[in-house]
Amino acid sequence: MGAGDFRSVEELLKAHGKPPREVYLDCENSPWVPPEVIDAMLPYFNTIGYGNPLITHKAGWEAYEAYRRALIQIARPINADPQQFIITHSGTEANNLAIKGYVLANKDKGRKIVVSEIEHLSVIFTAEYLKNCGFEVVKVPVDAEGFIDLEKLADIVDRETILVSIMLVNHEIGTIEPLREAVEVVKDKNPDVVFHTDAADAYGKIKFDVEKLGVDMVSLSARKIYGPRGVGALYVREGIRLEKLIHGQISIEELWPGVENVPLVMGFAKASELIFKDFDRNVSHMRKLRDMLIDGILSSIPYTFLNGPKGDRRAPDNVNISFLYCEGEAMVIELSTHGVYVSSGSACASRMLEPSHVLLAIGRKFEEVHGSLLMKVTPYHTVEDIKYVLEVLPKAVERIRSISALKPEGD
Amino acid sequence: MPTKRIPLPYSPKVLEYFRNPKNLGPLEDASVVAMAGSPACGDMIAIYLKVNDESEIIEKATFESYGCAANIAAASVMTEMITGKTLKEAWNLTWKDLSDALGGLPSIKFHCGILAVGALRRAIREYYRKKGKNPDWLPEDLTKEEKMALEEEELVKRLQKRYERMLKRGE
Repeated sequence: MGAGDFRSVEELLKAHGKPPREVYLDCENSPWVPPEVIDAMLPYFNTIGYGNPLITHKAGWEAYEAYRRALIQIARPINADPQQFIITHSGTEANNLAIKGYVLANKDKGRKIVVSEIEHLSVIFTAEYLKNCGFEVVKVPVDAEGFIDLEKLADIVDRETILVSIMLVNHEIGTIEPLREAVEVVKDKNPDVVFHTDAADAYGKIKFDVEKLGVDMVSLSARKIYGPRGVGALYVREGIRLEKLIHGQISIEELWPGVENVPLVMGFAKASELIFKDFDRNVSHMRKLRDMLIDGILSSIPYTFLNGPKGDRRAPDNVNISFLYCEGEAMVIELSTHGVYVSSGSACASRMLEPSHVLLAIGRKFEEVHGSLLMKVTPYHTVEDIKYVLEVLPKAVERIRSISALKPEGD
Repeated sequence: MPTKRIPLPYSPKVLEYFRNPKNLGPLEDASVVAMAGSPACGDMIAIYLKVNDESEIIEKATFESYGCAANIAAASVMTEMITGKTLKEAWNLTWKDLSDALGGLPSIKFHCGILAVGALRRAIREYYRKKGKNPDWLPEDLTKEEKMALEEEELVKRLQKRYERMLKRGE
């Protein structure tokens, strides 16, 4: 950390000012949490069930009962056994537990781990850590829309393979992977392989069933469905052994010690209830806003293109567009000054100067990645929100392009 | 010491230069133009200088930047700082001077200042090369800023090659 790195941004915020209207589309990086979810959490801090769910007094039993119901709510929409869930403190932790936990507990069975090129970094970096520990890690390539290559997957999986981890929906470009086919391909080659899927971006966005998919472990994250940050879950099929990664006093979660955060788990359950209660309506609303945003941008701003598939093969909330001749961080800040909050795959925020690995894996050039913006719509956004974004965005792009040293040929 | 990633605590000055960049755009009657960085880096600065050949004073300096807010601000503040200065004085400007003028850049953005100074020094070298002059204060070896700009351009080329190989493997 340099000298200027821990300073206050209070003055910056003053200079930024409060925009006349705000539209938060950065749900990839942090959720906007609706009041219903907050209301569902608050009583569990000091009114009911604020005890430790493992202790035998009223406050503890209340906590246990709340926790139990929350697990049932979280598990039911994907047809999973609520008793087979481990609550963690994030989706990142769930992915770490699934991959490291399984590989370390089963290393006598084989040394090979298979993941896709476009996994979340909590999977990629965990796999790389295991590679440094002496395991073999092979990444399955994807096509230009982010779909995994099933033939390559079949070539890669062998008798040495113990774990395959492929996500159900990609977090950056919204690709809905053919996971059932992938599970079949894998189990055909080696029925002993355990199949893990990071379903953080699938849960509440597409319908799936752990039994029908045939997966063995599933990671979820509350914040991806507008629940609180700081709570995730891992479904583990009965009979699968995991190594404990965190050590401490055991509460309900034997594999993940630390006092259960009942209020956050209640928030997770409420978010799950809300998204699944009106699932079809929520999804069709998000799809409408998504397509309005995509079509509006591509038709009004030149030198733009969509990253990831179109239509039904794309997650209903995901918009990822590259704006040529624009650098992403500059666009993020320009949009922020107009109250539109998004994120970018640009390398600018990365110390290694490495842009989004997902966009590079689908074959985008570096400059196409630097100019990418990721936006996620939610059931809580309105048509007016999207209209405002479509009003602000073309002007923002035009201004950034007017500063740019890089211009379209002929301009 | 625990390492933290602070979300780019820019000073209000960076935001001000980003919103209202001074000396923006190409300079029609520039004596010399130089660039540093590349589109692949996501960081590219063009510096235009109009130099009085008699006095070697920079009469006008402008910039264009394909890059982040810090990049734009560093290039813009630099054009202000070198206007009215001799080429020798401009040569002695360091990336730290730019960072100070911007109220301190976050460490992850130091390279933006380095790239701006790298582009300026390339422009000054190019000016003397075109004039066929070689002032005694102008070092033959590349300075730290010029080397680092070159390193950034080389690094991204290596990264690009690595990803191209990765994609070929996937074919």
